[in-house]
Amino acid sequence: MDPKFAEYAHPEALVDTDWLAEHLGDANLVVVESDEDVLLYDTGHIPGAVKVDWHTDLNDPVTRDYVDGERFAQICGERGIARDTTVVFYGDKNNWWACYALWVFSLFGHPDVRILDGGRAKWIAEGRELTTEVPEPAPVEYPVVERDDSTIRAFKDDVLAHLGKPLVDVRSPGEYSGELLHMPDYPQEGAVRGGHIPGAASVPWARAAAEDGTFKPRAELEAIYLEEQGLEPDDEVIAYCRIGERSSHTWFVLTHLLGFPKVRNYDGSWTEWGNSVRVPIVQGPERGSVS
Amino acid sequence: MSLPEALQELVDDFSGVGPKDRLQLLLELSQELPELPERYADAAETMEQVHECQSPLFLAVEVEPAGDQLVHLFFSAPPEAPTTRGFAAIMHIGLDGQPAQTVLEVPDAFYTALGLGQAVSPLRLRGMAAMLARIKNQVRRAVAGQQSPA
Repeated sequence: MDPKFAEYAHPEALVDTDWLAEHLGDANLVVVESDEDVLLYDTGHIPGAVKVDWHTDLNDPVTRDYVDGERFAQICGERGIARDTTVVFYGDKNNWWACYALWVFSLFGHPDVRILDGGRAKWIAEGRELTTEVPEPAPVEYPVVERDDSTIRAFKDDVLAHLGKPLVDVRSPGEYSGELLHMPDYPQEGAVRGGHIPGAASVPWARAAAEDGTFKPRAELEAIYLEEQGLEPDDEVIAYCRIGERSSHTWFVLTHLLGFPKVRNYDGSWTEWGNSVRVPIVQGPERGSVS
Repeated sequence: MSLPEALQELVDDFSGVGPKDRLQLLLELSQELPELPERYADAAETMEQVHECQSPLFLAVEVEPAGDQLVHLFFSAPPEAPTTRGFAAIMHIGLDGQPAQTVLEVPDAFYTALGLGQAVSPLRLRGMAAMLARIKNQVRRAVAGQQSPA
């Protein structure tokens, strides 16, 4: 394993490409590809990997929510994932969706979930094998587990009650300040107000990633989140973005790489907050505060 | 209002199969999106970006100045964005070479008939709606420009 992993709070939450290449086909290991693009897996994927799509698999088709325990059990079971299976997630876009899928698996308390550091891009850059052959795993039993929405997930009311405590806005600076909603003539990206939640620090998710899409070493992450932003490991932190995908990346960094025990992801994020009546909003580059 | 024949054929192809096969069809179309001609290949900045697509998509529209004012469409999207490429291919196959008026008359919500909502998610389909809206805008501008005296 990459020696930098040992510095992280939970080194077991990561694997590197060498390790994965050696362990492909291991009993009780399932590799899951999760991408922004629903067809990318089908153009070629790591041999033996199965697809979990964030939208069509993990979201409830009607209510804006995640699937329930029964559906989750079905999604896992038909992919050969049992409760004690090691699940390694990887994907496009610096593992955004891989982190998102890992976070949803964590809502159901799946015990052994890991990220392939560097994701799909690194695997391909290293010239490793891809296949279009879709595996047909033998279905296994996965227990129906009730989703825990109270520990690592935040709802709008939780955020309102949290105001004054640390929030991390991981969107781009333009989205944070509110400028990006002012695109004349074109449909808006789903929010009627621009800006950020009062007091939120602006730390775009990408700052945690190196050029090759791998996570930065622990010391560099601490320089950003602890020294520069003043977060303390014991802080209760809520991260958000537009729909909760980029903030899953930051949730993973704070929780598993830096070892913050009390981090929640606000999946309603800006598409909920920026459309809600009478919630406080700050525009411009300053954090602002709750008056 | 009927669709141009090529577009109607695509709609029929999609609606004639189940959700899984619709994805497969979209994947095949994504592989058939033509390469950019040389005059655009090195000039991405002259193309319009469709911001509503999840992945970068660039679009150029040309309208022939004479006759039926036939519309020509050019798209650029990376291979890592097969869904976006598939949407672009639907536009290309369905609308390229059609008269400007025919393109402008395509119903904005035609894509709902493809039945991709379930397989792809409604959120991702917004990119296709935006693509058509931007194509129509460019066609309108080109037609207006051709009508005004030089």
